Amino acid sequence: MLKRLTTLAAALLVSTALHAEPVMGGRANVVIQPEPPSLMMGLVQNGPTQMVAGQIYESLLRYDEELQPMPQLAKSWEVSEDGLTYTFKLHDNVKWHDGEPFTAADVVFSADVFLRETHPRLRTSLEHVESITAPDDTTVVFKLKGPFGPFLGIFEAGTMPMVPKHIYEGTDYKNNPANNTPIGTGPFKFTEWVKGSHILLTKNADYYEEGKPYLDEIYWHVIPDAASRAVAYETGVVDVLPGGSVENFDVQRIADMDNTCVTDKGWEYFGPHSWMWLNNREGPTADKRFRQAVMYAMDRNFARDALWNGLGKVAAGPVSSSTRFFTDDVTAYDHDPEKAKALLAEMGYDGETVRLLPLPYGETWQRWAEAVKQNLDEVGINVEIVSTDVAGWNQKLAEWDYDMAFTYLYQYGDPALGVARNYISTNIAKGSQWNNVEGYDNKEVDDLFAKAAVAVTAEERQALYTQVQQTLVEDVPAAWLLELGFPTIYRCNVKDLVTTAIGVNDGFKDAYIEK
Amino acid sequence: MLRFILMRLGKAAIILVAILTLNFFLIHAAPGDPAAVMAGEAGAADAKFIAQLREQFGLDKPLLTQLAIYLKGVLQLDLGYSYRQQMPVADLIFSRLPATLLLTMTAFVISLLLGTVAGVLASARVGKWSDTAISTLALLFYATPLYWAALMAVLLFSVYFNWLPGFGYETVGANYTGLRRVLDIGQHLILPATTLGLFFMAVYMRMTRASMLEVSQLDFVKTARAKGLKPSIIQRRHIFRNAMLPVVTLAGLQAGQLVGGAVLTETVFAWPGIGRLMFEALAQRDYNLLLGVFFVSSAMVLLFNLITDILYRFVDPRIRVA
Repeated sequence: MLKRLTTLAAALLVSTALHAEPVMGGRANVVIQPEPPSLMMGLVQNGPTQMVAGQIYESLLRYDEELQPMPQLAKSWEVSEDGLTYTFKLHDNVKWHDGEPFTAADVVFSADVFLRETHPRLRTSLEHVESITAPDDTTVVFKLKGPFGPFLGIFEAGTMPMVPKHIYEGTDYKNNPANNTPIGTGPFKFTEWVKGSHILLTKNADYYEEGKPYLDEIYWHVIPDAASRAVAYETGVVDVLPGGSVENFDVQRIADMDNTCVTDKGWEYFGPHSWMWLNNREGPTADKRFRQAVMYAMDRNFARDALWNGLGKVAAGPVSSSTRFFTDDVTAYDHDPEKAKALLAEMGYDGETVRLLPLPYGETWQRWAEAVKQNLDEVGINVEIVSTDVAGWNQKLAEWDYDMAFTYLYQYGDPALGVARNYISTNIAKGSQWNNVEGYDNKEVDDLFAKAAVAVTAEERQALYTQVQQTLVEDVPAAWLLELGFPTIYRCNVKDLVTTAIGVNDGFKDAYIEK
Repeated sequence: MLRFILMRLGKAAIILVAILTLNFFLIHAAPGDPAAVMAGEAGAADAKFIAQLREQFGLDKPLLTQLAIYLKGVLQLDLGYSYRQQMPVADLIFSRLPATLLLTMTAFVISLLLGTVAGVLASARVGKWSDTAISTLALLFYATPLYWAALMAVLLFSVYFNWLPGFGYETVGANYTGLRRVLDIGQHLILPATTLGLFFMAVYMRMTRASMLEVSQLDFVKTARAKGLKPSIIQRRHIFRNAMLPVVTLAGLQAGQLVGGAVLTETVFAWPGIGRLMFEALAQRDYNLLLGVFFVSSAMVLLFNLITDILYRFVDPRIRVA
């Protein structure tokens, strides 16, 4: 194990070395899986769509690994002192891929009209916005109803992609024929999509940032089988395996190949956080002591080292350490089977079987469920693993038909965007698996989250979020597992691929291939 | 003959509608629906978003109404729209059909040719070492799981020797044309077609061998021998032709499945065919697409059964007379 970790750590080090002058030209071959349903990012925001279309579409800002905003379509921005007015100055030489100019009117249309209808996650954030206006072609002003701390964090391409007004205004968005030939402002243009085989993007020669992008083209290879994806890299057909492309047990073997670099950076904006939903409504999981026992029973370090190649971190609580306002000043649940047994004895657990749903996303998750089952067996909890496919898993969660269920969700950099939704009682509703699925109902937590989202200063927000994390970790509404580390594997001569908080998703703008 | 064909076609149409209806209910009985899957992939969705999707897909209507709409469409040769893939189902299926046919027909030809030849050879040398070798090999091919064989083939011929491409239909981005492209596709075809053909090759071999041996013991063969006919003529005209009947039946069954694609092979080798399309449609509960693939593949099974029956009449004169 030690050797394994050191070699992977060495590979991680190599990937952060400094590089020379960028080289123009060349082609990147990248794996994409599963095949995206569509590349129109204003309509579809699943993982593969964001990864490919993130090179085609842009938003006003980008974010560095510390989640600090950087210019994108907006070259500068100002926030008024009361935190209610956000003014963005746009680049004035931006063109859509069809040659039409991109202006502030496109921003107003995208945010205020198009995405309000099509983008559920953004829609929630936009409820804080009173008006979006364009005083001139290069200025956009967002006026808020009240302070909203995470506001500057919602201008990421997958969260607020800019869509062309001249193509979509007044049309039936979902059935617009242009959806098949996406038009954005990004560094790469859509060129070809042979379904079941590949997607080709080519360099946008009119890109507004001088000299970028460096690459001529990107081929995204659609390869449905994880083992075949590994072979594609081994045989030199592809140069980049984005996080999650191959099974975890293949990662080390591939990382050991020559000219191969690995990085787990580029996920900071998403902060993929894994946990088990625990049904707080009924059965043993309704008892707080049982839920705490589950936390003590699990050997999460083992799961990280054995199943995730030592990448990622054991989760301290509901907030990922890459998300703002994280605190580790909470009760620590180390692997302690004796404590777990004591808690079970105290509550009088009678051996009732609990159903555990693994995440149907491949071998790693199946094995993880087996490891957790073994941990729980050791302290006397009877676990039955219930297998489903993705559709079945979705339905069981949405209908609350489970006792414990694996999942992982993104945090989008701020607890108000990606954490509160899973714990506030107003978000308990059947039919969705991204809300408060566990049925945790605590007015104090509701209040804290509500206040923290609209508190003006970062200090105020930190104080409130620290308090809410301490309460949640004490109550264990869900059994937090790991902050997942998804390794991006690539040839070491592909440089500057992962430089932002969303990694490969907007990485090809800066990437180049060293000869 | 024409009356026979027409009658069979009529029956086939009824069977097809029955199959579609059954499939329709089966798919809808599976947990989850396309709206939930698509919302799930989006990573966030509220009730409004899912309701919008259901309405867009027509899933908010009663099940029987959905069935009626679907069957009406099929009668007008409209297989519907795949919301997941954002394309008409018929376009999707026909865009994948050439790749599937190329793969399955190559595998079909390889397995039928090699299987029959090996079977005839083995039957002519019963008990000798070559018979034992062929039979053992056939048993091995028959028993090896396709998935494993595929991965081993990739490991050996792509990863270790680097002789053949391990996946895909052609070299993406090479933009070959003409003969160069044909050769490129041919190279990509070798591993998947051979892997897929192994199982049926074994079946044809065993079937041919057993059938040849059985027929060679029959009275008319003895008569032919007694007449003093040359052994090669007996073998070819009397034994082989009669022994082929069960093989033709089997080939007909396999041919019917050609269009359905080969789910495992297409998945392992990233072959852009119908089988993979069907598998993905199932996982994504893409109802229209799944029903469309079922429709086309069951239509093909029925068609090939009909062709087999007609072929019988030529291979076996007794059936023609009856």
